[in-house]
Formats: sequence, structure tokens, C-alpha cells
Amino acid sequence: MNDIIRELLSKHGGLPVAVDQIADTADLYDAGLSSFASVQLMLALEDEFDIEFPEAYLNRKTFSSIAAIAEALADITKDRQVA
Amino acid sequence: MSAPATFLDKLFDQGLLYDSGVDGLYGRSAVFEDVISRFEQLALNLGKDEISEAMVFPPGMPVPDFKTSGYMKNFPQLAGTVHSFCGNDHDHMGLIQCMAAGEDWTANQKITDIALTPAACYPLYPILARRGKLPEEGAYVALQSYCFRHEPSKEPTRMQMFRQREYVRVGTQEQTIAFRETWKQRGVEIMELLQLPHEVDVANDPFFGRAGRMMGVSQREQELKFEMLVPVNDGAGPTACMSFNYHMDNFGKAWGITLADGTPAHTACVGFGLERLALALFRHHGLDTAQWPEGVRKALWG
Repeated sequence: MNDIIRELLSKHGGLPVAVDQIADTADLYDAGLSSFASVQLMLALEDEFDIEFPEAYLNRKTFSSIAAIAEALADITKDRQVA
Repeated sequence: MSAPATFLDKLFDQGLLYDSGVDGLYGRSAVFEDVISRFEQLALNLGKDEISEAMVFPPGMPVPDFKTSGYMKNFPQLAGTVHSFCGNDHDHMGLIQCMAAGEDWTANQKITDIALTPAACYPLYPILARRGKLPEEGAYVALQSYCFRHEPSKEPTRMQMFRQREYVRVGTQEQTIAFRETWKQRGVEIMELLQLPHEVDVANDPFFGRAGRMMGVSQREQELKFEMLVPVNDGAGPTACMSFNYHMDNFGKAWGITLADGTPAHTACVGFGLERLALALFRHHGLDTAQWPEGVRKALWG
């Protein structure tokens, strides 16, 4: 999953550094992710995984690192399987 | 039985505002304008020793600069662009016929070079960018503009065409953050002088759509926007009469405004909603300015 996140981050994140230079737990905002780019990334993730981020996930923390995004996606898709 | 008169009805009845038939588009009386100009003088006096220059803008700005601002990314629902007839003689005949028949007559209305200014400070940034690198002390500008936002409403505080008076600070992160803190305090002092109930609270702009919700949450988490809230409308929540905004280096980057060392400038602004402040005064002190409390009259008229 992290590879897909990296690919979308590379495409939509507008980061000044190469995505493969960023550790899974590194802070993406420190790396240069803007609020608007994080929204673009969110929409791309929704398309890719055919999900909709619930309101509780629409905050900076959710998109603060590759690991945080992966965790959010795992939570959301798990909820979907239960439902 | 007719519904009780709203605050807007009373403003019309008193002759303070003139109805146009379009919600949020009103004429202003001389009395209303006098209150606004007195408030502007009060606000201008507070910053007169600090500013580097003062400007007043028309209600329109160049479309390329409007695009650069990113407004269409975040608030497409509020934006307005100016269109004019760009057809030939034949098209003109069609236009007249369509209008007479009550049909769509806008086919040959094409966008001009002008967008309606959505926020008073936007026309400033390209002017600063064209001057090249900022001096060490940065820029500190007093400005005013009519603004447009497409949000028709029966609440008089939500006009579609209204004025913002602003102070804008452009410089380093430290300069802009200190500026915003100073003006948050001065905003409270102004409200106390004017004897208006008020509260400063963190806020977010009305970003469009679901994605916008995340922009709004992010803006709050970073405390980029504070508002001076005053209860004004019938039964509705309080109205933001001032806002204190820190844009980080977003506008510096967007327009290419650079500090002496070549890095993008940070920007901050304090905005006064002039019609909203006048309406707050009329709401709390009555529709007859001669009857306003002595202290308020002194603050405004000296």
C-alpha cells in the first residue's frame, strides 16, 4: 500500500524532494506538502482505493506521513469490510 | 398577520440602506457612509505611524492576477468575473431579440480582462512583486477596496458587494506574526471604544466542497485565521467584523514576492468589514446616530 501512496504523493504532493527520499514516518508538511496539495492527494487516494474519507479523517494529522495515511486507509477499508 | 420586521427591514425603513431587489446589493445613505468613513479614520489613525504607503483599489482586478491568487481553487462558488458583449452586428440583433423574448441572451457575453476583487489585499501583491526584492523593513500597506462575493442573503451583514479596509504586512515570518498579534489587540481596543460586544475566535474560510472541509480544518489547526465576532443578525450566529490572517509564504510564493535574501515573503493582513462594523454599531446603539452613547460618538466624531 505504501508504494501506491508514494506514487500518488509523487504525482500530487508537489514536494521539492523526491518521494523515495522520504521515510514512511517523516513529516510530509515539513517536507513541503501544502494544504492544497494534501487535498489533491486525498482526492487521488479516494479514487485509487474507491473510498471516501469520513469527516473525522479530514485533518492534517491523517496526511502527516506516509505511515499515517496507510493507517487511515487500513482503518477505513477495514470498516468497509465489516459493514 | 405580517411577520415582525427584520433588522434589514428596519434599515430600509429608516433610510439607512436602499433596497435594489437583489439580496446583498444595497445603496447606502449619507448617514451610513459617514459612520463608515469615521470608522476608517479611527482605524487609519491607529496605524498611521507604521505604514509605508496607502492605496485604494477599484472593485475589479486583472484576471491573470485573480488566477494567480488561487481563488478559483478554493472559493469558485463565491467568485465573480466581468463579461461583455463581444459579437458582431448579426449577434447584436440576436441579443436584442433574445432579450425581448425573455430568452438566454448571454451567448456572446465573453470574459473580459477583469475579475471582481474577492479580497481587498489581492491587487496589492502583484504590485509589490513587480518592484523586485523587498527592502529590509518589508512593506506595510493600508488599503481599501470594494469586494464581491456571490452569496446572496437576507442577512444585511452578508452583502454581495461590500468594502474591506485592510492593513497588510509583507516581510519575514517574525514581522508578519508580530503584526497580526498587535492588530488582534488593537481590534479588541477598537471594539471596547465602540462599546460593542465582541469575542476573538479562531476561524476558517468557506472553502468549497468536501475537499474544502479539509482545507478549513487545516486552517484552524494552524490558527491561520482569527475573527472578531459580534452578534448582529436576528437569531443568527455572530458576525465576523474583523479578521486577522496569516498567509505564511503562500502569497509570496504565488506572486513571487521576495525578501532581500531572495526567499519568499510572508504576508499577513487585518481586515475590517466596513459595512459589517457600521451594521454592528446600528444594531447595538440604535438607528439614530445622534442617540449613540457619548463615548462611541467621541471615538468616531471626536
